[in-house]
Amino acid sequence: MFLRGRFRLLFAGSVLTALCLLNAVTLFAQQPPDKVAALEAAVKSAQSAGDNAWMLVSSALVLMMTGPGLALFYGGLVRRKNVLATMMQSFILMAVITVLWAFVGYSLAFGEGSPVIGDLRYMFLNGVGADPNADYAATIPQQTFMVYQLMFAIITPALISGAFAERMKFTAMLLYSILWALFVYFPMAHMVWGKGGFLNAFLGGTIPCLDFAGGTVVHITSGMSALACALYMGKRKGYPDEPMKPHSLVLSFIGACLLWVGWFGFNAGSALGASSLATSAFVATHFAAAAGALGWIAAEWMKHGKPSVLGGISGCVAGLVAITPASGFVAPMPALFIGFAAGVVCYLMVAVVKNKLGYDDSLDAFGVHGIGGTLGAILTGVFATNAVNNALKDPAGKVLPLGLVDGNGGQILNQAIGSAIAIALGIVGSFIILKIVDMVVGVRVDARDEQTGLDLTQHGEEGYNLDA
Amino acid sequence: MKKIEAIIQPFKLEEVKEALKNIGIDGMTITEVRGHGRQKGHKEVYRGHEYNVDLLPKIKVEMVLPDLRVEEALKTLAGAARTGNIGDGKIFVFDVAEAIRIRNDDRGESAL
Repeated sequence: MFLRGRFRLLFAGSVLTALCLLNAVTLFAQQPPDKVAALEAAVKSAQSAGDNAWMLVSSALVLMMTGPGLALFYGGLVRRKNVLATMMQSFILMAVITVLWAFVGYSLAFGEGSPVIGDLRYMFLNGVGADPNADYAATIPQQTFMVYQLMFAIITPALISGAFAERMKFTAMLLYSILWALFVYFPMAHMVWGKGGFLNAFLGGTIPCLDFAGGTVVHITSGMSALACALYMGKRKGYPDEPMKPHSLVLSFIGACLLWVGWFGFNAGSALGASSLATSAFVATHFAAAAGALGWIAAEWMKHGKPSVLGGISGCVAGLVAITPASGFVAPMPALFIGFAAGVVCYLMVAVVKNKLGYDDSLDAFGVHGIGGTLGAILTGVFATNAVNNALKDPAGKVLPLGLVDGNGGQILNQAIGSAIAIALGIVGSFIILKIVDMVVGVRVDARDEQTGLDLTQHGEEGYNLDA
Repeated sequence: MKKIEAIIQPFKLEEVKEALKNIGIDGMTITEVRGHGRQKGHKEVYRGHEYNVDLLPKIKVEMVLPDLRVEEALKTLAGAARTGNIGDGKIFVFDVAEAIRIRNDDRGESAL
């Protein structure tokens, strides 16, 4: 695909040269308008090919974050009896959210509707085809944009499953995720990224919130919903007295490293083209992951005397979470700072604060995504600069300052408002949805099923049949 | 006939097997077990959550021997399994009422 893009660029180049020569020769023949039009079309098609290639790869990378990335990361952290059920909670969303997205999701998120939710113009993907949607991404087919955004809608509810792992009914999890996508994710995505959404800094929002790749939309909403789930569901039976060690940190390790790689699609892909902005976001993402790992390990090493592998991989995810909203707006050095800060803060959250407060956020979806996401959203208001991203302009076309480093300290407040809306929507929305799901099917498996494990009781199979 | 049941450190299994083989004792059954006596466990920390692991992995070696061979076997086994540190394990000896070789119904010591 890459070669083909290259080839097309070369092809466009030679067409361009040929046309220039031809143009000079035929100048007297007085046919330039046709030639110029052909030239423009060739250049456009070359850019579209390059951008589309990167966006399709990015879409695949983001899907890889959910399965196998997140499925392995979470699957390794639970006890052996729940490994399949936990992986299934990620995997099934790859199927369910896809269908929901095709029916109404894309339209509710990206249809031009009210400031809080999209309309139904793209229902059943009506009119979503090869033509670009210039409001969102002028150089790629709208269908590419649609499928790229779908991958975000898949991973976001999957992140929440870390909070209710090892005790939620499969039916309840399905129902919760569908309602959550409809009433929390689609509105939030529309508010921040949809045309006319009221937090959208670039497409007519009243409160311009900077969220390059989903700090508020993905990580704060999912992280705060995770807290709501942990509180509503209650602790796992036996927590915290019985040992609940991760059954395979090897799986978690592989999963976290896949997340690191997949995140390049998540953040650099959010440039929506193969541009220098994509490079900048790629670099910021990578640096934050590295610094996040070091931050967590350093804090842990000082407190517990040992640098753990789980600490390292948790720290890199924390760094990646925090850089997500900032990735397309900040330079590499602030990215290092944001990542490191997230590593330390998220460590303190899950290792110290959580144990003091006593709620059972099984796999720390709140501690990492809720806290790391909020930290990243706020720090975006500090470090965002138009030296990296000059897309924000006033009506006269003048490039506007972005964050505190550009002299726009008020952006921190905008970021805080965006975060507060995501926090409120996540927590309140989740509580209401959980209440409804609880009334309809019951959210929690009974005590005996929980003891036996979800693999057997929910799915009728086991993860490891070593004697088979 | 006596049954010898020894709980030993897992990393000592090869030495024990070799030592017993050298005095002509081949038959044994090995089980991976967990347990603890006076040896304290260790601490594991996962995201700041501490777990005290007090049941440690051990190997249980079981064999049944004619009375005459028991003393020699015990000495050899203990010698091979010993490191001198706490946690080396224990050996128990039981009387055995009967032994039957399933293949041909041999009984008693000739079944061993």
